[in-house]
Amino acid sequence: MSGANEYKPSLIRGLWALTVRELKKWLKDPVMVLMLVLQPLIWMGLLGKSMNIGALFTSGNLENMNIPNMTIPGTLVIPNVDGNVTIHGAVISQMLQQMFSNIGTNVMENAFGVADYFSYMAVGMISMIVMTTTMFSGMSIVWDRRLGFLDKVLSTPVPRGAIIFAKVLNATLRAMFQATIILALAYILGLRLSSTFTLFNLLGIYAAIFLLGVGLSSIFIAFSLRSTRMERPMQIISLVMMPLMFASNTFFPIKLMPDWMQAIAQVNPLSYVTDAVRQLTILPLDSSALIIDFAYLGIFAAVLASIGIVLSWRYLTK
Amino acid sequence: MSAEVIKAEGLTKVFNKSLVAVDHVNFSVKDGEIFGFLGPNGAGKTTTINMLITVLKPTEGKASVLGYDVVKQANDVRKLIGVVPQEYTADEDLTGYENIILCADLYGIPREVSKKRALELLELVELTDFKDKRVETYSGGMRRRLELACGLINRPKVLFLDEPTLGLDVQTRAATWDYIKRLKKEYGMTLFMTTHYLEEADALCDRIAIIDHGKIIVTGTPHELKDGLGGDIITISIKENADVTEIIRSVKHVKEVKNEDGAYRIKAEAGELTAPLIIEALREKGYTVTKLSLTEPTLNEVYLEYTGRAMRDTEESKEAFISQRLTLRRARGR
Repeated sequence: MSGANEYKPSLIRGLWALTVRELKKWLKDPVMVLMLVLQPLIWMGLLGKSMNIGALFTSGNLENMNIPNMTIPGTLVIPNVDGNVTIHGAVISQMLQQMFSNIGTNVMENAFGVADYFSYMAVGMISMIVMTTTMFSGMSIVWDRRLGFLDKVLSTPVPRGAIIFAKVLNATLRAMFQATIILALAYILGLRLSSTFTLFNLLGIYAAIFLLGVGLSSIFIAFSLRSTRMERPMQIISLVMMPLMFASNTFFPIKLMPDWMQAIAQVNPLSYVTDAVRQLTILPLDSSALIIDFAYLGIFAAVLASIGIVLSWRYLTK
Repeated sequence: MSAEVIKAEGLTKVFNKSLVAVDHVNFSVKDGEIFGFLGPNGAGKTTTINMLITVLKPTEGKASVLGYDVVKQANDVRKLIGVVPQEYTADEDLTGYENIILCADLYGIPREVSKKRALELLELVELTDFKDKRVETYSGGMRRRLELACGLINRPKVLFLDEPTLGLDVQTRAATWDYIKRLKKEYGMTLFMTTHYLEEADALCDRIAIIDHGKIIVTGTPHELKDGLGGDIITISIKENADVTEIIRSVKHVKEVKNEDGAYRIKAEAGELTAPLIIEALREKGYTVTKLSLTEPTLNEVYLEYTGRAMRDTEESKEAFISQRLTLRRARGR
């Protein structure tokens, strides 16, 4: 029989065709790109810039404090004095101010690892954009199904895997692109890179984003495939996003959180992406921490992608 | 290749373990013919087509296309068939040309072949002037033609058309019919189509299967089906509220009488001569005929004959169809 072997539908060919389709759609909708960038940009610009945590510990915040004269036992001063010693409130106030003028940077560096909060949280916005972008682009499969596009593709000999991988790849590529924009914007807005930063580090950043993107999008595509309504994935996104953001090191160091929240943050993949990206940008690179980050992200991506792809596969070949 | 291009044996699809969409259907389609699946919305047409095009797996029974089993050899089937879905599936954000090339890529057709073929197909469906416009800007008829072109990109041996003229206006529908006829002539393909338009089945199909509630009720050429009715159809209504079936039946040449909510559907030979006799007979018994119509058999009559309801749905049944369709869609997971 002629024809049966005339064409060679291949995974790579199909994957490429379907991914290009998605990317073309994406480029024709720049508003969507803008909207997704806008959210982390607003967070970064407003929260990142206003929450100047380091500035809390500066002498300016001690002005107008009425510190009364203080009497202490003479045995506390050097050299020891009999009886009590009284110190003028004004002197204490001055001493506190002197101490505080340098303490802010120390507190920031001990708790956050960097001197300015903006740099700390701006990097956190990368995991935010990766999360929103992968979830939203995974959702497009709901439309593909409703509009019959999916059925049409299923009636062609394209390998089923290509259909799923194209979605995952598309979501991940978008996330990487959006993250680049966020990083560039953060830099323009005053992100302070550490001395260990090189352009080579960007590859590491993309690798971290890729792993998170693959993991999140695979599971989200599997979920979207099974939800009959467009609203469901939307609801999930809004339900999942805030807790994941706050129960991670995106805004605040894990070690300062209550125990139960630390437990969540320790398994939250966002913490690892954020830490990896921080290591590669604003922090002096700690390679052992980076290895742990990537090991965790690798496992996360492998497990979620396997679950997601198996679920999608089952659905597509039902 | 056997003369039977499509063969279904006991083909069944049950959704959610309870909704029987297609119920042990048997049919075969011969090489080179246009085979039509005719039935109301929700009769199981699309489900059947989806099983034949390997998108849905049958719950029971089997089917083969060009000798390949739709489940076990699904990939061989997919390579050889073209599909024109009911929905407009072309990507709105891409141009017509880009859409066809995308389809070609999915079949693994080499670019040098697909580029040439895409232009040919666009010419065939008269979309050459619009090939670089986004599908978003296309009218319904243009979209339908683009779907046709996409479905033909792999030079299929069998083309499946699911409601090819659904939602099109009368002129566009007629134009689409012309395209379909031309396709059959130019490519010598076998066509399997579903429709709920009787005229469409009558105008296009070599053979028709009438399907209702998931079962095939009758199969034959449009001519055979009409002949099978064995005469003309006279419909009569009377003023009085009484059952006059027996009176009508006693009239000469009357073969069959059915009382359908006060209207009598009478099958009779030489209807134009029999109708006056019926009126006469009724008048003798004191009944007044208020309405009479005489029709030579059309597929509509065939349809009525076999399904007991008119193809043009009443409002009530339309609602029932819609709800049934929604259930189906949900079950299919749309």
